[in-house]
Amino acid sequence: MTIQLKAWQLRSLRVAVFVLGFYPVFRWLYLGFAGGLTANPAEFLIRSSGIWATVLLWATLTVSPLRRLLTIPSLIRLRRPLGLFAFFYTCLHVLGWALWEHSWRWEAMLDDIFSRPFITLGTLATILMLALACTSTQSTMRRLGPKWKSLHRSIYAIAIFALVHFYLVRSGKNDFADVYVYGAILVVLLVARLPFAQRVVDN
Amino acid sequence: MTFRSTIAPSEITDERIWRNRRLWLQGMGAGTLALMSPWSVTKAASAEAMPSLAHTKPERWASSEPLTSVEDVTSYNNFYEFGTGKTDPKAHASAMPVEPWQLQIEGEVLRPRTFDIDELRRLHAIEERVYRLRCVEGWSMVIPWLGYSLSVLLKQVEPTANAKYVQFESAAMPEHMPGLSSRVLNWPYAEGLRMDEAMHPLTLLGLGVYGAELPNQNGAPVRVVVPWKYGFKSAKSIVRIRLLERQPMTSWRQVAPHEYGFYANVNPEVAHPRWSQATERRIGAGLFAPRRATELFNGYADEVAGLYSGMDLARYY
Repeated sequence: MTIQLKAWQLRSLRVAVFVLGFYPVFRWLYLGFAGGLTANPAEFLIRSSGIWATVLLWATLTVSPLRRLLTIPSLIRLRRPLGLFAFFYTCLHVLGWALWEHSWRWEAMLDDIFSRPFITLGTLATILMLALACTSTQSTMRRLGPKWKSLHRSIYAIAIFALVHFYLVRSGKNDFADVYVYGAILVVLLVARLPFAQRVVDN
Repeated sequence: MTFRSTIAPSEITDERIWRNRRLWLQGMGAGTLALMSPWSVTKAASAEAMPSLAHTKPERWASSEPLTSVEDVTSYNNFYEFGTGKTDPKAHASAMPVEPWQLQIEGEVLRPRTFDIDELRRLHAIEERVYRLRCVEGWSMVIPWLGYSLSVLLKQVEPTANAKYVQFESAAMPEHMPGLSSRVLNWPYAEGLRMDEAMHPLTLLGLGVYGAELPNQNGAPVRVVVPWKYGFKSAKSIVRIRLLERQPMTSWRQVAPHEYGFYANVNPEVAHPRWSQATERRIGAGLFAPRRATELFNGYADEVAGLYSGMDLARYY
């Protein structure tokens, strides 16, 4: 027995996703105005955009299991906006890194990418996300057919790269508390996709 | 001994002008503008209500570089005893009792002794010294510390010929320091210097900042300031100094030896494993200020390079 959402219900949910998606930007604007971006606003914004990219990526990965658990098929309509928001904050994260860490100097950025594993991983995740964002429209979905599904399975690799990237960022400071929280949530989200877990959910 | 600055005095904005500009921008009421404009992201400086400390301002320790605002100096700190976030120290450090405070000096000395904080404040004329602070994380400040050379204090206890190293131990008060429950570092925080580094006139026994006693988040009531090394070498809120024959283990080296060495001299040529140390972000310069080139020994090479002659600075990082 599946639940069909009414048009206005689905619309409200999509509005909620947009509010959540733009919340970080408005929060930064507010903090910027209120003097809350700390003494090092550049670092704050780079880190904050990275965190929000992760949150939204995890939210994207929550859609399918939640849809199965609640038996509401139309929740799938929330997946693309969430994924695109995750990509949006990833872009801001990368732009912040390019501007504030490297002042747009290509050689410094390339050196960073090739000499530091956590930057390499972040770059890989970003390139994959770019591919997913570019193929996210309805028409590409139709054109690619079954290939679309295999391509978009790379979101699992993206999530794992993002988590390891986060872990490596924290490793020097030996401070993993939040990495473990994000890791635990990701494990739940991935396990929920295994056949046995899906059977449990279905029952 | 003189200090070089890369900024000509004529380029420095007069304090009255930038303070006015901040107030003007704060009055604009436009959030977008606030994000775009570097001056409005930090609040106008407001002096901490700390008791003032009588001090002299020797020309030798002055600097023509613009000072980092007292607001930024006292609100953006690494002091893991109070949490790993930059704003945690200001939020939690006020619970730390700093009176009475005793500093014990022991080890390879002829006259081991415990100094009361008041004795330390009277031991020698307190000077204002404007030092650059370069954090290993890639940001920097310019801070008017108060204190005197650590050598003044160490001479009091008469180090023996065996004293080759100095270890600093910071306070560890579990009931007042929420960060001690985390296992990020092994407490108490320990740092160290070679004896000649500790006796160098630049190495400061810090007792105050911005004309007053140290706020707790800056390492009250007594700390070390070693301006040519990354900030983590400058132990805060110290309770014990040990003079040793062997090089002591230090807190950061213990948890991440490949990232943090014993020497930790500021060096643009020696990258941190996770980022380059070639440039730094000056706190308070604004969101669109370019990063500055980091200088060898944080710009104090004329004074301290001799301590390391013949040493491979990439190996002894």
